[in-house]
Amino acid sequence: MAIHEILIQQLFNGLLIGSFYGLVAVGYSMVYGIIKLLNFAHGDIYMLGAFSGLVFLSIISPTIGAGWGSLILGMLISMILVGLVGVLIQRVAYRPMLKAPRLSILITALAVSMILYNTIMLLSSGRFLPFRTEISTESFFLGPLRLNETRVVLIVAAFALMFIMHMFITKTMYGKAMRAISMDRDTCQLMGIDVYKIIALTFFVGSALAAGAGIMAGVYYGTIHFYMGFLIGLKAFTAAVIGGIGIIPGAMLGGLLLGLLESFGTQIPFIGTVWKDVFAFAFLILFLIFKPNGLLGRSEKERM
Amino acid sequence: MAEIKKKAKTTNPFETIIEALFIFFEKKINMYAFIALAVGFLIIFPNVSSRFTQEIMTNLFFYVVVCLGLNIIVGYAGLLHLGFAAFFAVGAYTTGILSSRMGMDFWLTIPFSILAAIIAGLAIGFPTLRLRGDYLAIVTLGFGEITRLTIRNLDVTGGAIGLIGIQRPVFFGITLNQISHFYYMFFILAILAIIISYRLENSRMGRAWEYIREDEDAAAAMGINVVTTRLYAFIIGSAFGAVGGSFFAAKMTAISPDSFMFIHSVMFLMAVVLGGMGKIPGVVLGSMLVVLIPEVARGIGPYRLLIFGFLLLIIMLYRPQGIWPDKPAISAKE
Repeated sequence: MAIHEILIQQLFNGLLIGSFYGLVAVGYSMVYGIIKLLNFAHGDIYMLGAFSGLVFLSIISPTIGAGWGSLILGMLISMILVGLVGVLIQRVAYRPMLKAPRLSILITALAVSMILYNTIMLLSSGRFLPFRTEISTESFFLGPLRLNETRVVLIVAAFALMFIMHMFITKTMYGKAMRAISMDRDTCQLMGIDVYKIIALTFFVGSALAAGAGIMAGVYYGTIHFYMGFLIGLKAFTAAVIGGIGIIPGAMLGGLLLGLLESFGTQIPFIGTVWKDVFAFAFLILFLIFKPNGLLGRSEKERM
Repeated sequence: MAEIKKKAKTTNPFETIIEALFIFFEKKINMYAFIALAVGFLIIFPNVSSRFTQEIMTNLFFYVVVCLGLNIIVGYAGLLHLGFAAFFAVGAYTTGILSSRMGMDFWLTIPFSILAAIIAGLAIGFPTLRLRGDYLAIVTLGFGEITRLTIRNLDVTGGAIGLIGIQRPVFFGITLNQISHFYYMFFILAILAIIISYRLENSRMGRAWEYIREDEDAAAAMGINVVTTRLYAFIIGSAFGAVGGSFFAAKMTAISPDSFMFIHSVMFLMAVVLGGMGKIPGVVLGSMLVVLIPEVARGIGPYRLLIFGFLLLIIMLYRPQGIWPDKPAISAKE
């Protein structure tokens, strides 16, 4: 392949992977913005989404036939269900800890993450499960770009979800309430906003998006595994930091940027795919040193 | 604010016993007598027990050393560290590489292992602690995973197979190769770790850590440099982990990346949190629980982490100070 073909191909791959990162990072960033919690369980929510997607798909496909219809239906059901799981986790594990020391709620989040992934590990016997969708994987060319139906639909769906999310945050009352709470929770309570309801809603939306990303990643890679959420949680955090944590468009931008950096990074000699994750982590450290507020963040320096 | 309603002080038999114990140990002479008895028992222990039991006890001492190090970061400074296995790996691999590839004497490798931990601690701690304390949690989580990936992919660390042929330490002409030797070695190390922790806790630095943990802004207003003080906690704790790693490498003579997974970091953290963060006896108790529960209840094997996850959640929700009770004076103040 000529060099420009590789570049275009990597650009597409980077945007696709980056949009998964972005969708997970949005939930991460929203939760951080609203209750200042690094939700370690968010990567596991993504994993949970992929597994529940697989379960629903295997229920729906035989009745209405495999294909995009059943995939989208399964995805919607899983997103709602996993969103509700997110709300449940928030209610049981995080809400009682909102006034506790910061260390306690971080440990709680770790506990939730352990519970989620160990449950799935036991249920799936720790195996890699194939994510069969029976959608055509025949490739075709668009100029120099090699594509297939799945990848086109995935990237469109991912960007559509991001767009809907953006509209939700900027144009609806609920989105406005979320942004207000992230600025000052106590004042919001005085203004008559039901803070706990909005926090629950944030967890619902964030978890649903992560679940959606999980299912799309399942379709894209073809296999799912109980440990798949671990690294993506880390990368979502990196993406959120790159864009400016707590800022929703920043998280999306950060995700796309990280996806691009990774996919081009693997093309650099000596880095390759083996060091891909190390590369992403190095970026996190560099951003923390030189641009800790992220690309879209305000420049004020604030500490915990 | 239903969440923060104060719990009524209950008087159940358990708490009565605890209170009686506290009154008993209030007298210094009782305390010293108890410590002398415990130490005496542990010294003669290898003569009256099987090799298998000694192995478990050695493992317990090793946990005490490493977890006391983690306790400095989590318990004293109030920072969450999720990649402690990585610092443990830094120590183990420094000793491993210097010993097996360069033939350096075990005792000489320890300063290098501490130095490596300090460098790693600075590289991770400095950019992170400057910002927010809670960023450290996820950066250390990432560092733990990256360290494992790095030692898996480098040649000098032996890749996925790891290092073999790490030399046994020689102590006054005796080559330490029996399990009872390692029992005493880790026993002495654990006692040293307890003494150092105790001295640190009651030092000027220890009080600064406690102050920052309780109220960062007030501490800063009193002239404590929050970033530097936290960085000290992070580095000192990491050095503990690295020393533990060096001794681990010497005991095992072979190390591989599988000994330094995220699960190990979680286990160390479990020991600190279960027993009681920031309390030396609590950490010892927590280490006992983490080491002994899987040995006693062998059947729980695959469910172990799930059970520990629930335990962690329950502890945080209902007893955040851990199993080891606070001194009555502190709990009454609330």
